[in-house]
Amino acid sequence: MEFGLLEDQVMLQETVRRFVAEEVSLDLVRQIAEGEIQVAETLAEKLTALGLDGLLVPEKDGGSGLGVLDAALVQECFGYGIVPARFLSNSVAAYALRDSGSSIMNDITNNDARFGIALNDFLSRRDGSGLSIRDEAVSGASLMAMDVARSTHLLFLANDTVRIGQVGSAEQVKTIDRTREFSEVTITSFEQQFTGAEIEKTFAVACILLAADTLGAAQCMLDKAVAYAGDRQQFGRVIGSFQAVKHLCAEMAAKLEPARALIWHAAHALDVQDDEALAMAFLAKAHMAEVGTFIAKTSTEVHGGMGFTDLVGLHYWYKRIGVNRQIMGAPMALRELAAQQQGLVA
Amino acid sequence: MDLTLSPEYAAFRDQVAETLKANAHLAPGPDDKGLKHPKRLAWQEFLIREGLTARTIPTEFGGYGAEPDILKSRIIAEEFARSGVPRPLAGQGISMLVPTLLELGTPEQKEAYIERTLKGELIWCQGYSEPGAGSDLAALRTRAVEDEDDFVINGQKIWTSTARQADMMFCLVRTDPNAKKHHGITYILFPMDTPGIEVRPLVDMTGSANFNEVFFTDVRVPKSGVVFEVNKGWQVANATLTHERGMLGDPNATKARFIELVELMKVETVNGQRLIDNPVLRDRLMTLQAEVYAMQANGLRITTNSLKGEAAGLAGLVVKLQGCELNHQIAALAIDALGELGILYEEGEHLRSGGAWQWRYMYDLGLIIGGGTAQIQKNIIAERGLGMPREPRLARS
Ligand SMILES: Cc1cc2nc3c(=O)[nH]c(=O)nc-3n(C[C@H](O)[C@H](O)[C@H](O)COP(=O)(O)OP(=O)(O)OC[C@H]3O[C@@H](n4cnc5c(N)ncnc54)[C@H](O)[C@@H]3O)c2cc1C
Repeated sequence: MEFGLLEDQVMLQETVRRFVAEEVSLDLVRQIAEGEIQVAETLAEKLTALGLDGLLVPEKDGGSGLGVLDAALVQECFGYGIVPARFLSNSVAAYALRDSGSSIMNDITNNDARFGIALNDFLSRRDGSGLSIRDEAVSGASLMAMDVARSTHLLFLANDTVRIGQVGSAEQVKTIDRTREFSEVTITSFEQQFTGAEIEKTFAVACILLAADTLGAAQCMLDKAVAYAGDRQQFGRVIGSFQAVKHLCAEMAAKLEPARALIWHAAHALDVQDDEALAMAFLAKAHMAEVGTFIAKTSTEVHGGMGFTDLVGLHYWYKRIGVNRQIMGAPMALRELAAQQQGLVA
Repeated sequence: MDLTLSPEYAAFRDQVAETLKANAHLAPGPDDKGLKHPKRLAWQEFLIREGLTARTIPTEFGGYGAEPDILKSRIIAEEFARSGVPRPLAGQGISMLVPTLLELGTPEQKEAYIERTLKGELIWCQGYSEPGAGSDLAALRTRAVEDEDDFVINGQKIWTSTARQADMMFCLVRTDPNAKKHHGITYILFPMDTPGIEVRPLVDMTGSANFNEVFFTDVRVPKSGVVFEVNKGWQVANATLTHERGMLGDPNATKARFIELVELMKVETVNGQRLIDNPVLRDRLMTLQAEVYAMQANGLRITTNSLKGEAAGLAGLVVKLQGCELNHQIAALAIDALGELGILYEEGEHLRSGGAWQWRYMYDLGLIIGGGTAQIQKNIIAERGLGMPREPRLARS
């Protein structure tokens, strides 16, 4: 038994972490958030060059053949740096395609296929949302599809199955988080022959990666709070020497550290197809959302007025965590799903 | 990441599960109260013989004498949690004093105390806290003055759990009042029937006197009771506190509680509906399950750190705070789920689970305070885990 990361996994994270630190400054994220397409495309090219998009694609299909845990480690780094990256959507798609033998997998690795995902309707279908297939045609729209701009394919949910199709219309919706794109989409055509992995499993992978994104973002907010508290002085002392401030930081760390272990465990459980894997994945996202929300608020408070300004940009992390909480399963819905999964719902 | 057990460990787990299942009828029941109830002692002896407790303690001291194997210890703890079979004895003597003596005791002390303590024949109490020394333990003032081969002790302890039942006390006393506060303390062992010791019960929130005040008037105890060295008691006490905090946040014990709560909510009904069918209660249950999972995973991570000889860092520092809080929340949900039946206490035909949840809802709050309060844990997490400044400290100018 060994509960921890392998040397390769530590190195993988180190590589991505370094990339994020060197290439993705807050300034750059701001430009992308303000709609500078050219900047976004340049970053996308650099991310492609990192060669991570085929991480979950099996080796025989041209990918790296790694697992959900590895993907979660990468996503954590992207969350830490609030990186606008298609990695999450590509990874969920790769997972859904895994056993299909489809040549699209090779395209994901080469960046010839770039995925958006529309799975939000699985747990929470709002009025006016929902795709369905009848007579070989897809009708309806999906709200809150992710990473649709500049994508080549859409992974979507219709009639309880995971499908691949082409986007018809896409209208970008404005959310609180401008580091990522969300759109309302319709589908023009889809691959009739293809159905992906079970929706529950595919959705569970999305849950793990969103949780990992929050883990990274929350870790960054905690680090920023501790650093700020060690620097800012009031009443002739650094504010980090005030217990009220110190205890807020301790509470953040006390919640975050076990949550990290939970995400590792849940990701690994999916990789080895443990019986508890689905319930654990749903609960991991729900729990990470609660912890993340607490840290987003608390870290902002530790920064005082500065935390509330646009100057330090802390709000980008706050909003990213906020979106991760609601998208693809808010905590309460996920907990109910986990209860169903364990046969606790009559 | 590899959570599979090798064939050797998988076989070990099956064997432990089998032993517990086949012998569960030997275990003491809820009515077998009293620290030295014959059934409790017999069960303890059985568990030691089977290597299910006192596992790595040498046979010469009454243990099972196995090689230290963190994974096997973990498997045993998990199997107790899974099976719900009563756990081995775990008083302060077994959990705190025995490890301390193994590390720092003289051969005579080991010989005299370890085996009898393990078997449950010798009950200990921990004489640390005083009226003026709680969180600030090193402020303790109970004075011990050398007199030839003895120390003569005067002063008072408080919150001393099981002092009335205890045969012995491990105690912190001030031996050098002129030294800096951490340097003048000695860790000493003595019998509770020594003349001059008076124990007065203190009733706590649960209605029982789980702890006491202990008064010392010219209590003469032999110097041979000193553990390690005179005036080095703070180091000895710190060794003990580490064991206490590990015990207080054990995620396997928490998981066992959680499983009990799920069972309760599946069978108990209100208005003809099972508690688990109430969506609000179910949501709270799932919220807690996520935390139980997180503490389990955190525990696995710490186990792996120990296997590799690495420090667990923050993951280790947060266990007492998070684990005790979670236990209390589990009890709190059970009480809310039981509703009006959750206010019944101690006896009565409608009392559920023998009143265990009511008791835990109170006692677990005590454990948030005892063994280092939640606030003290936060100081430790912030200062040692996050490297934040100790206080008071002036700002850099
Ligand atoms: C159920 C139970 C069993 C116990 N059993 C034993 C036993 O067997 N033997 C024994 O020796 N002791 C025992 N204790 C005592 C226990 O160790 C102390 O209660 C504990 O250390 C706190 O000390 P105190 O009660 O004096 O509280 P205080 O130290 O007076 O604390 C009061 C409040 O002030 C806060 N506070 C104090 N200092 C700080 C600080 N530096 N920063 C922030 N907040 C602070 C505390 O967190 C708390 O909220 C037991 C306690 C309980 C509840």
